[in-house]
Amino acid sequence: MTMVTQATTPNSVQNDVPNTAQSTLFRKLWDLHHIVTDEGESLLYIDRALAQENTYHAFVALEAQNRKVVRPEQIYAFTDHYVPTTGRALGLAGIPVAEIRNMVVQLQDFARKYGINLYGIDHAQQGIMHIVPPELGIVQPGLALIGNDSHTSTHGAFGCLAYGVGASEFAHVMATQTLWQTRPSTLRIRVDGRLGFGVSAKDLILAIIAAIGTDGATDHAIEYAGAAIEALSMEARMTVCNMSIEAGGRAGMVAPDDTTFAYLEGREHAPSGAAWERALDFWRSLPSDAGALFDREVQLDAARIAPTVTWGVSPAQAVAIDAAVPDPAQAADDKQRGEWRTALDYMGLTPGMALSEIKVDRVFIGSCTNSRIEDLRAAAQVARLGKAQVPTWVVPGSQSVRRQAEAEGLDRIFIDAGFEWRDPGCSLCTAINGDQLEPGERCISTSNRNFRNRQGPGGRTHLASPAMAAAAAIKGRLTDVRTLIG
Amino acid sequence: MHPFTTLSGVAAPIDEANVDTNQLCPTRFNKVPRGPKYAEILFYDQRIDTDGKATDFLLNGPPWDRAQILVADSNFGCGSSRETAVYALYEFGIRCVIAPSFGDIFDANCAKNGLLTVVLPIDTCGALRAMLHTAPGMTFAVDLEAQTVRDGLGGVHRFDISPIRKRCLLNGFDDISRTREYAERIAGFEAAHRQTHPWMFGR
Repeated sequence: MTMVTQATTPNSVQNDVPNTAQSTLFRKLWDLHHIVTDEGESLLYIDRALAQENTYHAFVALEAQNRKVVRPEQIYAFTDHYVPTTGRALGLAGIPVAEIRNMVVQLQDFARKYGINLYGIDHAQQGIMHIVPPELGIVQPGLALIGNDSHTSTHGAFGCLAYGVGASEFAHVMATQTLWQTRPSTLRIRVDGRLGFGVSAKDLILAIIAAIGTDGATDHAIEYAGAAIEALSMEARMTVCNMSIEAGGRAGMVAPDDTTFAYLEGREHAPSGAAWERALDFWRSLPSDAGALFDREVQLDAARIAPTVTWGVSPAQAVAIDAAVPDPAQAADDKQRGEWRTALDYMGLTPGMALSEIKVDRVFIGSCTNSRIEDLRAAAQVARLGKAQVPTWVVPGSQSVRRQAEAEGLDRIFIDAGFEWRDPGCSLCTAINGDQLEPGERCISTSNRNFRNRQGPGGRTHLASPAMAAAAAIKGRLTDVRTLIG
Repeated sequence: MHPFTTLSGVAAPIDEANVDTNQLCPTRFNKVPRGPKYAEILFYDQRIDTDGKATDFLLNGPPWDRAQILVADSNFGCGSSRETAVYALYEFGIRCVIAPSFGDIFDANCAKNGLLTVVLPIDTCGALRAMLHTAPGMTFAVDLEAQTVRDGLGGVHRFDISPIRKRCLLNGFDDISRTREYAERIAGFEAAHRQTHPWMFGR
């Protein structure tokens, strides 16, 4: 893989003067929401904020300080992390564990108490906080948006400033509709050329993270650009931006273009009529100007990216499916050797073995990274070629995705192939609703984190695309999907 | 928030790089209300084995079960935004983490909870961890006003911190009170923003 890293400008002293000439998308979004700078931190206006069940820590903090939610109409709450992915006809009563049920109840109660927009467990549009807002047009170019979840970077796909924040910062936004931030440096990741046959946005972002490392974008806002990015659908752009945080980038974004506008037009919360025309004019002004300078630039060639799978316990420990499990003897230094040994030990893998020799126990197709309709279509295209050899779950990202998939007959394809068709939620990605791996179980997963114990204590995760996950399902082992659909 | 001024306490070495927030607080414990129970949750899956028995993880026994300072490696606190990772460190007694780099969101979460993150060069962090392994129980002294860490052999390591974060930590200032000083500017900004970008305020 070719990679060029160069600093186009030194990390300059930050000042308060809007960068009017040759500005970047990021800088335009920043300046647009900038209220004041105080001792090096800027106070930003936040247009929209996304909550989920774990946000109860922020509500509790807010109440302990006797503060109010100042703009409840700009806060959106989603039940996703703790909802079950079966038995949903029963609603709350379908959650057998009281402590888990209580997480959903608490969020719903807080949302109703403060008049926050609620997509509760029984809502027709219920789903994952990073799947539903784009579907409904809640996410638009030019916004500053935060979410109490690190994968809020997903929404940068629309050309908005989207930050994941913790409970304290979320409470601050609810109390003031603003957020203090230090302006990060900018990193442009340019992907030239075209992705090859059978290679998806997931493979692209895994290859990017493998190239720059899990802290490669720390303290940077990423802009993804280049022909390969421009050619992506909105859903694919969301998959790329979603995993920005796995490279350390709190925000990742793509310039809004006709693909963005076509996706948005007509959605429930998108502007319409004269407001649409006015918004469109504004959105067209957002892309980085020609000649705008970035603090760092990285360049990749899309044609050189293959279907990619992680072998270790960090999203950067990823290689092409036709490669072998790395050998610590060939590590760059002692430190990397130690990290590789730890990872191989946890994953139960032998150095040098072909990835295609790795048998899986479970398959998970879902999560805010890969549970949109295009992801399910890609998985179904492979599922129709065989039968599941191991337990395989398909968890749509939202009720809307579920309905669309069922209208297209994708659910029948999955069920006929022996895959389990489940109800929407975060499920086995974050493994806190009761869906989890058993110790030692090996799962190929379309989610975003292969950290130790992430999918359940002792669970082993291989991150991959939906098509690759479906290929592993019908072969029972890691498989190059290109050999099946060629 | 409790102010952070100076701290003299046992420092423990965490050698592994990329310690993610799910290791600091496994996600299944996010349901736990903030409180003393988080002391047991810190690094739970490394401290307690699958049979429920304590492992030989270094924070499980003396002298490091009394640690107030951690010296870690790169990208400490990467991953999830859950602030429960900070609650776990805080309740265990950790008030300062020293590392070559931190996950962005975790770093911000620490500052909002009175926990000081100190960035020192990677070689310095490595040398400090080696020192701690050689002399378990060694105490370090942190002085936020002076922006220094004094190791157990008397070496003094200066660190950078943003002026505003320093002021908030020294005084235990709450962010929301600080922001309220700007209430008029915020209201003025919002009114203008609503006028120029009305569609951003919903249909």
